[in-house]
Amino acid sequence: MMHAVWLIPALPLTGFLILLATGRRMGDPKAGYVATAMMVGAFVVAVGVFFDLMGLHGEERRFQQDLFSWISVGGLDVHVGFLVDPLSVTMALFVTGVGALIHLYSVGYMHGDERYPTFFVYLNLFAFSMLMLVLSDSFLLTFLGWEGVGACSYFLISFWFERPSAATAGKKAFVTNRVGDFGFMLAMFLIFATFGSLNYVPVLEGAHELTHVTATAIALLLFVGAVGKSAQLPLYVWLPDAMEGPTPVSALIHAATMVTAGVFLMVRVNPILNLAPGALTLIATIGALTAFFAATIACAQNDIKKVLAYSTVSQLGYMFLAVGSGAYVAAIFHMVTHAFFKALLFLGAGSVIHGMHDEQDMKYMGALRKWMPITSGTFIVGWLAIAGVPPFSGFWSKDDILLAAFEKNKALWFIGLLTALMTAYYMSRQVFLVFYGGERWKKPEAAEAHGEDVAHDAHGAHGDFKPHESPPTMAFPLVVLAGLAAVGGILKSPLERWLEPVLAHPHEFASSSSTKLGLIVVTTVGALSGIGLAYSIWLRNRVRAETVEPEVLRHAWYVDALYQKIVEAPGRALANFSAFVVDAKVIDGTVNGVGALVRAGGTRLRTVQSGFVRNYALAVAVGAVAILAYAVARSA
Amino acid sequence: MSVPGAWYLGLAAMLFGIGAIGLLIRRNVLIMFMCVELMLNAVNLTFVTFARMLNDIGGQVVVFFVLVVAAAEVVVGLAIIVSIFRRRADATADDISLLKG
Repeated sequence: MMHAVWLIPALPLTGFLILLATGRRMGDPKAGYVATAMMVGAFVVAVGVFFDLMGLHGEERRFQQDLFSWISVGGLDVHVGFLVDPLSVTMALFVTGVGALIHLYSVGYMHGDERYPTFFVYLNLFAFSMLMLVLSDSFLLTFLGWEGVGACSYFLISFWFERPSAATAGKKAFVTNRVGDFGFMLAMFLIFATFGSLNYVPVLEGAHELTHVTATAIALLLFVGAVGKSAQLPLYVWLPDAMEGPTPVSALIHAATMVTAGVFLMVRVNPILNLAPGALTLIATIGALTAFFAATIACAQNDIKKVLAYSTVSQLGYMFLAVGSGAYVAAIFHMVTHAFFKALLFLGAGSVIHGMHDEQDMKYMGALRKWMPITSGTFIVGWLAIAGVPPFSGFWSKDDILLAAFEKNKALWFIGLLTALMTAYYMSRQVFLVFYGGERWKKPEAAEAHGEDVAHDAHGAHGDFKPHESPPTMAFPLVVLAGLAAVGGILKSPLERWLEPVLAHPHEFASSSSTKLGLIVVTTVGALSGIGLAYSIWLRNRVRAETVEPEVLRHAWYVDALYQKIVEAPGRALANFSAFVVDAKVIDGTVNGVGALVRAGGTRLRTVQSGFVRNYALAVAVGAVAILAYAVARSA
Repeated sequence: MSVPGAWYLGLAAMLFGIGAIGLLIRRNVLIMFMCVELMLNAVNLTFVTFARMLNDIGGQVVVFFVLVVAAAEVVVGLAIIVSIFRRRADATADDISLLKG
């Protein structure tokens, strides 16, 4: 079974090719089922590979498959090959598993869309790229997948490109990611210059010979790549805008899989990171700050998906906090549990949007638990998981991260704790606004006020209609993910043992068990007080809503406006200068000037061409005489 | 008694001059063409003279080349002239200035 590992990415690739060729003929919903079947197949193969790998002992759990030579230039010889080890198999399992569920969900969600087959073409291509990213045995092949998922992300964010905002959001995501990719590429150059190879095995096994400076440089450059892909400060701005894409895309790409690629990369190169303590501290700091910063914004968003988007940025920050604290297993653990509960929350949000006829503003929802029992039930499981309420999965993973942060640096731990409190608060606010309280979508004055709200899409829900539960293709993934989000915590200690072989220095928690217990209590109290706070504000209305939603948070600390000032405005000025001065005046001027010169010269010279043979003969004669005269004069 | 080389050269120069002036002042295409032939043969005469004076057979060889080229030129030139006269029997060289820039 281990030798069938190539099938894992090959199946989605096959699906992509089949749908590309015949997708339009298959149509809705057959194309969706083909794509889903490919993902299920990939998941089955991944499970088989997983059990094969389990059969081996600790250090032997590594298998390399070399398919063919891809690039062979000078000293560079890159093969297309796969590296099967506990880390890549873990990633492959949850990418294919969660991916298959989201594919199935999309069958229902995208039903009736004009370009239904195209959506699944992109989705399968994305799955292929993501699996190449995690399974490849070299940096370059990972980079191929890295760019592939970036491109698919662009295609899918701007899937409804008729909307200008979706087209712009796609471009923003792409351009912002380029900044990070630049760091990844530089890191690869440096790795190749140092090791003469881009394959993981020789690089990571030779990592201990690195000097401190080189290790720090490689670690930081790779981290720049991770910051772009995983939406950390200061490159997180594309992720909230990416919510313009269809909701399954937000769940698959912008919550569960693609955005975690940066965390995966950091864990993959952990032997290098361990040699660069300065870089680790920076990673932990950026992670903690991102987690806190994004959580503050999430507290004041009204769009159901925007809240989840900022929450994703925040949770990714947690993962980097874990990486920076050296707790790689905790990072992967949180990545997996986050994939479960955040995919669940996004799919639940999609179900709500679907049932509310494309309404996304939480202020015009409310009391939906009566109308959408499955959606609300599963969403509540996701909420408890992300809020860190024991015994749901998020509690265990977040607790590990906070413990690691506590041992690394008390200040980072405190930021993490505050973030946990805010996470519980904003998720509770979301649940209370959407599923509890009054039926605000019913009231005529709400609909009226809504109509005047220019900033909002006009196609939202008004007046007399009934929210409805989603079809079974959408409900089934919700139920499965809810189950996983509820019990995902049991993966904790198996995952620790399982991932040990890929870690250069397994992280040991040094704290005594009483400290651990104390931290657990503090974290849980933080989470519960966040929920209580939300309860008193949003269900008991103790405080006016405006006071807890300051303008600055609604506008996400005005970061977009700031970037517009310091990045977009000079860029635009430069582009204008290039277009209207350099291009129009200098370059066009040179070309036109040469043309004008030749033309003027030609106009003068054409008079010489009289057409009379005698004139030409005379010119020849005069010329001959002149040359002769010159020769005579010289010789004389 | 042999004629000195300078006489031949003088004759050749005179023939060349007559040809050149004829080419410049006459308008009849056929006459102009004959003037060109006169110039070519003046040059031939010069070559032969120098070949004899310098005792170098090379000059006479060049004359053969000139004769061949002149023959080719006559073929093309006469063909053009005939086709001009077919269109306009009274055409002079100055009437034909179609390539005026």
